[in-house]
Amino acid sequence: MSTKNWPLWEIFVRSKNGLEHRHCGSLHAADSDMALENARDVYTRRNEGVSIWVVESKDITASNPENNGELFEPAQDKVYRHPTFYDLPDEVKHM
Amino acid sequence: MSEEQIRSLERQFDERIARDEKIEPKDWMPEKYRKTHIRQMSQHAHSEIVGMLPEGNWITRAPSLRRKVALLAKVQDEAGHGLYLYSATETLGISRDEMYEQLHTGKAKYSSIFNYPTITWADMGAIGWLVDGAAIINQVPLCNTSYGPYARAMIRVCKEESFHQRQGFEIMMKLANGTPEQKDMAQDALNRWWWPSLMMLGPTDDVSVHTEQSMKWKLKRKSNDDLRQQFIDQTVPQAELIGLTIPDPDLKWNEERGSYDFGEIDWDEFWQVVKGHGPMNKERMKARVGAWEEGEWIRDAAMAHAAKKQERKEKQAV
Repeated sequence: MSTKNWPLWEIFVRSKNGLEHRHCGSLHAADSDMALENARDVYTRRNEGVSIWVVESKDITASNPENNGELFEPAQDKVYRHPTFYDLPDEVKHM
Repeated sequence: MSEEQIRSLERQFDERIARDEKIEPKDWMPEKYRKTHIRQMSQHAHSEIVGMLPEGNWITRAPSLRRKVALLAKVQDEAGHGLYLYSATETLGISRDEMYEQLHTGKAKYSSIFNYPTITWADMGAIGWLVDGAAIINQVPLCNTSYGPYARAMIRVCKEESFHQRQGFEIMMKLANGTPEQKDMAQDALNRWWWPSLMMLGPTDDVSVHTEQSMKWKLKRKSNDDLRQQFIDQTVPQAELIGLTIPDPDLKWNEERGSYDFGEIDWDEFWQVVKGHGPMNKERMKARVGAWEEGEWIRDAAMAHAAKKQERKEKQAV
């Protein structure tokens, strides 16, 4: 059996200009050039994309769901960051 | 973690799934959830990969360019679907190589249907129509399954697979309306693929071991027997439409149930094939393992080439 395994790459595809690249899956490839070629075959067989990004999976740093409380809960009670928090008379239009 | 803590986490986990929340790779999950998903998802991936073999057999002999491009595209989709599913399974902490190893040593199963031979062109029609038809019925509910990466892969798979069944039915329709020999060929293919297709929907509910747990985790939304009935009810009128006969003398419309009654399935045959004694089990594994072993030198060469390129780039940067 081969001792050197192809590394894993995360694939991001822009479906059309004007939209962001979106993560669509991952694949194995020896290097970034091959990752691009494989991504084209695996993830864009039906015109799903106009641009591809490939990033080696080990280079992604992800937040830990265990820290979700401290990371994301503080935003929940900050209702004043939303326009609906503010009282305006009905007569005010376009604001 | 104490047992009590684990039980509490499991309770919260089950509640999340009951609320239709998705589970993502880094979330805490019960060990059994992880293992069950690795088993089901990797078997699903293996089935896509092995599923290329019976159809690949006919690409070079497709009767027209139209049929050839369609079959080629279908087989290429199956490779793609295998890859989506393998990478989704890897998010659960198993490596691609471990999965291949399990397939190649027979530790992991793949769908038994692919252990039947494809001996005529009509088999391409029967596979698309019946085998993909049964697969779609199995797969559509998985688009809402609880594990996020699996659900996302299944959405892509289902979207792409709808053409597979249509191309198969078109092949059958054309043959059924062709010369008497062509019609016989279509009927013969239906005769051989009908019962194995019914078996694809899994053992009957009274012997199926995974159903209850799988329902809770949304790995399954309907029981095997319900899925099988759905498949029969939708397929019988399609056969009638093209003038082919379902090879089941006991098949009869049941007015009261609003469904077809059907004959006894030969489950001995099913278990024989599962255990490795189907007509093509050895052949399929030989082809698969052969492709993997013969490809080793090129996988190594690609890595050596990548390393060399990287080295050259680093030297230039100095």
